[in-house]
Amino acid sequence: MSGAIADAFARARARGEGALVAYAMAGDPDLPRSVDVFAACVEGGADILEIGVAFSDPIADGPVIQGASERALKAGSTLRRVLDEVVPAVRERCPQTPLVVMTYVNVIMALGEERYAKLARERGVSGTILPDLPPEESIDIRQAFDREGLELIPLCAPTTSPKRAESIAKDARGFVYCVSVAGVTGMRSQLPADLSERLELVRRVSPVPVVAGFGISSAEQARVVGAHADGVVVGSAIVRAAQADGPSAARQVCADIKRGLKR
Amino acid sequence: MDTKTAPGRFGRYGGRYVPETLVPAHQELELAYAEAQKDPSFGEQVAQVLREFVGRETPLTPARRLTTLWGGAEVWLKREDLAHTGAHKINNTIGQVLLAKRMGKKRIIAETGAGQHGVATATACALFGLPCEVYMGALDVERQSLNVFRMKALGATVHAVESGSRTLKDAMNEAMRVWVAQIHDTHYVIGSAAGPHPYPTIVRDFQSVIGKEVRTQSLVAFGQLPDAIIACIGGGSNAIGILHPFIGDKNVRLVGVEAGGHGLDSGQHGASLTLGTEGVLHGSRSLVLQDEHGQIMEAHSISAGLDYPGVGPELAYLAKTGRVEVRTATDDEALKAFYEVCRNEGILPALESSHAFARAGELARELGKGKYLVINCSGRGDKDVATIAARGVPPAIRLEGA
Ligand SMILES: Cc1ncc(COP(=O)(O)O)c(C=O)c1O
Repeated sequence: MSGAIADAFARARARGEGALVAYAMAGDPDLPRSVDVFAACVEGGADILEIGVAFSDPIADGPVIQGASERALKAGSTLRRVLDEVVPAVRERCPQTPLVVMTYVNVIMALGEERYAKLARERGVSGTILPDLPPEESIDIRQAFDREGLELIPLCAPTTSPKRAESIAKDARGFVYCVSVAGVTGMRSQLPADLSERLELVRRVSPVPVVAGFGISSAEQARVVGAHADGVVVGSAIVRAAQADGPSAARQVCADIKRGLKR
Repeated sequence: MDTKTAPGRFGRYGGRYVPETLVPAHQELELAYAEAQKDPSFGEQVAQVLREFVGRETPLTPARRLTTLWGGAEVWLKREDLAHTGAHKINNTIGQVLLAKRMGKKRIIAETGAGQHGVATATACALFGLPCEVYMGALDVERQSLNVFRMKALGATVHAVESGSRTLKDAMNEAMRVWVAQIHDTHYVIGSAAGPHPYPTIVRDFQSVIGKEVRTQSLVAFGQLPDAIIACIGGGSNAIGILHPFIGDKNVRLVGVEAGGHGLDSGQHGASLTLGTEGVLHGSRSLVLQDEHGQIMEAHSISAGLDYPGVGPELAYLAKTGRVEVRTATDDEALKAFYEVCRNEGILPALESSHAFARAGELARELGKGKYLVINCSGRGDKDVATIAARGVPPAIRLEGA
């Protein structure tokens, strides 16, 4: 599979590194300043940016990202404004970095899946992650995305059976997002012992790169997990750092994680 | 409109929009429920507990003074307020907790709005010896303190949820988030006929005991099926429970009443069937109150149990196809109806049920004399007395009652 996302993984691999997918919330603390956070993540070494679009009822998110959603909604963030204001600004400042939108299915449905796919593609978004859209419900949306060349990135969980994981991976676009812990987003001091096996299993069958996310916040965790995956997703640690100390803190988190991803 | 109904789909509505972590648990639940349904001993076990512990069947009571007052159809009340714990919610929690035990689950979590579902879940857990954690919006914890006390007395832990609008929808988000982290040994008892498949089907089946009883009771009481049945709609469990067994009876009018709150133009109501648009909330595609950007709006109702911006997918389907007629009643109309039922029938209905009563007078007159109307009195109003007292007695009622 070719495309901006595949290229970013290939570049990281060529440098002997795992890829860092950095998540932050568009519109937190407001739309312009969230652009600074995304740019800082890339300065810190992020290979792919995951642009969170707030939803009022984020059932897959823990307290840190939930809080960021509430702040972003208060600041007037909407999917439309993220596509019109945040995405183009980030593209301009980080022209090499593929952008992936992460939000909930209702936000996409409200704009219309076809309309979203077209707009996102035009603005330079490469893929989309919808944590409340399991494969059974995703057929129509995926067709709409495929028509525009927008990649619907699937998730795999610790509770997913090997057989189901295989079928999710085989159909994947962009990359496979392996959720490391049975839980919501948020930092964890410990990751499950069987994570590496699960990652290897998905990797064996997946035509696209495989990343692990949820709970990863330190260079050491990134090193351990990165040995069994093509990269990691870091969200809550970046969101929390940016909220506490601004973009430079987000840059620092990314740089730390990147150190852990050196092979 | 698509009328093909797949399992878990009611026309366009329903489905299972949940994080991947939860998918296997829903598949497991679907399978376990299908097996339980095939096992006659499970049905007998549920029926026995409903009989011996819940006090079923609940009566179908003639409302003679309301019949006279309203001057139309003969009015009968299905008395879910007389079910143990004071509302229909117990029908579902007994069934689901027994199912959870059958599945070997070690712990129960639940969300609650008015607290009736939390109390019913805590009760079933006490009866069958399972630990119980209840998530409740912080605002609802304040306005339903009696039920918070009852849950705690029954041994449940009550978690006040501070996020969002601090009501039922946020409690449901939180329960789902907690469930994701405890999926291997915990069953989540959803309290209404909403949520991801298979919940809307499971809850509807357990609540259908209400309508099945009405079928036989009405034949005995007045020798025919009712001409119309009316119920309030929050998530929709009491409504689907009493209405579902009559869907095939084309001569029986089925009516649901949503929370009109401060009025439909006020933006502060819970009328998702009347004013909602298609969307995905809490794992199913249904009609929801949302803005143009897909953000879920805060619902409002004087009654915590109707203060929900979504509705079960089957009711959305039945409303869209016209089989269920949907009306609304405002906070003030519900309050007035509350006193009307208290003073004419000696029954304190729940504020939720009062919404059904608020529209029932008109319906009785529309039907006319010689017809039969059944109102689902979904629960008792004891839990609401502080809210009602704080509002003062409406002027119209004060005159009559003095
Ligand atoms: C007495 C009573 N009636 C009705 C409802 C509304 O819920 P549903 O529409 O699911 O029956 C509630 C919810 O708490 C309730 O307590």
